[in-house]
Amino acid sequence: MVKMTGSQAIVKCLQEEGVKTIFGYPGGAVIDLFDALMDSDITNVLVRHEQGAVHAADSFSRVTGEVGVALLTSGPGATNGVTGIATAYCDSIPMVILTGQVPRSLIGNDAFQEVDIVGITRPCTKHNYLVSNKEDLVPVLREAFYIARTGRPGPVLVDLPKDLMAGQLTYPEQKPIRMQNYQPTYEPHIGQIAKACKQILKSRKPVLYVGGGVILSDAHKALEELAINLNIPVTMTLMGLGAFPGSHPLSMGMLGMHGSYTANMAVAQSDLLIAVGARFDDRVTGKLEEFACNAKIIHIDIDPTSISKNVKVDIPIVADCQYALTAINSWFSKEPGINIKEEAAQHEAWLETIREWSAKYPMTYKEEGELIKPQYVIEMLDKLTGGNAIITTEVGQNQMWTAQFFKFNKPRHFVTSGGLGTMGFGLPAAIGAQMAFPDRLVIDVAGDGSIQMNIQELATAKQYNCPVKIAILNNSYLGMVRQWQELFYDKRYASTVMEVTPDFVKLAEAYGAVGLRATKKSEVVPVIEKALASNNVVIMDFSIAREENVYPMVPAGKATTEMLLV
Amino acid sequence: MKHTLSVLLQNKPGVLSRVTGLFSGRGFNIESLCVAETLDPGISCLTLVTRGDNSIIEQITKQLHKLIDVIKVTDISEKEYVEREMVLIRIKAESQTRAEVLRVIDIFRGKVVDVSSRSYAVEVTGSASKIQALIDLLKPIGIKEIVRTGTIAMARASKNK
Ligand SMILES: Cc1ncc(C[n+]2csc(CCOP(=O)(O)OP(=O)(O)O)c2C)c(N)n1
Ligand SMILES: [Mg+2]
Repeated sequence: MVKMTGSQAIVKCLQEEGVKTIFGYPGGAVIDLFDALMDSDITNVLVRHEQGAVHAADSFSRVTGEVGVALLTSGPGATNGVTGIATAYCDSIPMVILTGQVPRSLIGNDAFQEVDIVGITRPCTKHNYLVSNKEDLVPVLREAFYIARTGRPGPVLVDLPKDLMAGQLTYPEQKPIRMQNYQPTYEPHIGQIAKACKQILKSRKPVLYVGGGVILSDAHKALEELAINLNIPVTMTLMGLGAFPGSHPLSMGMLGMHGSYTANMAVAQSDLLIAVGARFDDRVTGKLEEFACNAKIIHIDIDPTSISKNVKVDIPIVADCQYALTAINSWFSKEPGINIKEEAAQHEAWLETIREWSAKYPMTYKEEGELIKPQYVIEMLDKLTGGNAIITTEVGQNQMWTAQFFKFNKPRHFVTSGGLGTMGFGLPAAIGAQMAFPDRLVIDVAGDGSIQMNIQELATAKQYNCPVKIAILNNSYLGMVRQWQELFYDKRYASTVMEVTPDFVKLAEAYGAVGLRATKKSEVVPVIEKALASNNVVIMDFSIAREENVYPMVPAGKATTEMLLV
Repeated sequence: MKHTLSVLLQNKPGVLSRVTGLFSGRGFNIESLCVAETLDPGISCLTLVTRGDNSIIEQITKQLHKLIDVIKVTDISEKEYVEREMVLIRIKAESQTRAEVLRVIDIFRGKVVDVSSRSYAVEVTGSASKIQALIDLLKPIGIKEIVRTGTIAMARASKNK
């Protein structure tokens, strides 16, 4: 039994959990912990705003699959992190957020920099703790990591009173965690698997509708096997992009509000919707009564609350997506009397219809001479990076164009705030991804509005030699909101015109980064090439066609077959 | 439809606010809520009465179950069960009505727990509907103050045990 300070115990526990990089910002309540970290091999990335710390740690998790860790001080440090925590919660990202708290003797006294962060974050964490005695400190941390990464993952916050971190304790031995009240279901019910498989055999127009759960459970291989063996077309949610190769002929791209014509039509006409790790979000379903209304629905999800929440499901399967898809694949390979090739051939007519839709209504845009079309920028980014970059995005039109025109072929290469739609996510997310993979190319596709929400993180990128590339699709508008105003509010552009925007080239230079600008189409490729050749942080400022819209678009509340097209 | 849920929880600070926060955040309603320790001081039992169609009750049950500190959720009203609520009522009791109040309380098997020259305080236990019937009878006489505990409930033992 080793004696040490609470802070040293926290550091040791982080090491046992395999943590090498954390993202944090200091303050009085966590000064002991930062001090202890200095003696360890854990790197703290000193961000410039706590929201950036949480987004970066969140993204670190999205690209690696490991638990991301952020460390914030009490009071304003903790509250600055809340948007980041809610962002991770909405996208089910495994994270542990450590916050400092005033000494126990002062809790409840309105002490300096005291907030009830456990109360504040209760609805936006998977679970949270205020550690109230030293015996609990290490066990709570271990439990926090366990809860964050198991079941449906999510952020877990641990609030740490300063006196506990400064005081002495005995470090407890490691033992396997068993929680009587928390036992997520991983293995699917075998009877339900058989039912699902038989339904698949009956179907002539099946569609796989897959979400972020497939990526979180590393089920992409099993998904590919199922889709390809049985010739089932696949559509992905925003969070699911990369779960199935976007360039594969079976991929129909994204569905929903800004989804492809093909994907939305296929879902509407399908006779069997196989939902995997997706949650029937309103941006996906549009008008609920008409969503997949001709289809039987199989729904695989590890979270029972997701099943039959919005849409009544015929065959629910509560399980880890990877376990369930593997079980389905093995059912098809073992069940006697099934000829997979023949079954796959049954879907040919359906795939022919789908190919016709794609040929008639492809994802497209209108070229206009030397005007820079944002879609073109995305296509060139995809082409010039060979599709190998990790792409993060901000929120708005820039995010949707990226989702539509970049072909994501691998999981964990697209990092975006889906559920919460947090502007300001992309730059810190790019830094988090670059810290995880220093040798890979990381690009933040940004809007001129969003990038200004966490622009201060340019300094972090410079300090930690993260040569991230930022592609601003600059329309001098809060473009996505402006698009709604154009279409549904009589073009009354209330508070969406950015009359003053900084000179992003000079701004980059002020931070010691490189700034490049393109104002005509012919400059796009050279600017991207120059940026990719640089080992510095680069901002590419693309002056795009200002009033370009994102199409297709399903107006909010309409059926997904009622798309506005280019 | 009215449902009575029995929820076993870790007896820790903040757990009740996780439950109530879940209801307010998701727009579910709570008609009554009652919570106290079980035989195991580490676990509390919460009885909650709510309303909703089957799909809402299913969501409520699943969402409760998803809370890490929740150990078990049972929809007691799906089975045979007994429910009780206790009420304390201070009722106007002046010379003309004193006898009548006592008669009503007696019919409801209540007890007088406090007496003054102008009022009685009475204690009555029963199902929520019995309590409501009592209140309806006493109202014309003059209820000065009323405190209800909310429903607690227990499933009946199955016959063959
Ligand atoms: C923090 C935050 N505030 C407000 C919004 C609402 N919102 C969604 S998109 C958008 C416009 C984004 O503008 P910009 O970053 O320039 O991207 P564009 O749509 O022009 O590509 C706004 C204001 C949001 N998603 N997040
Ligand atoms: Mg913009």
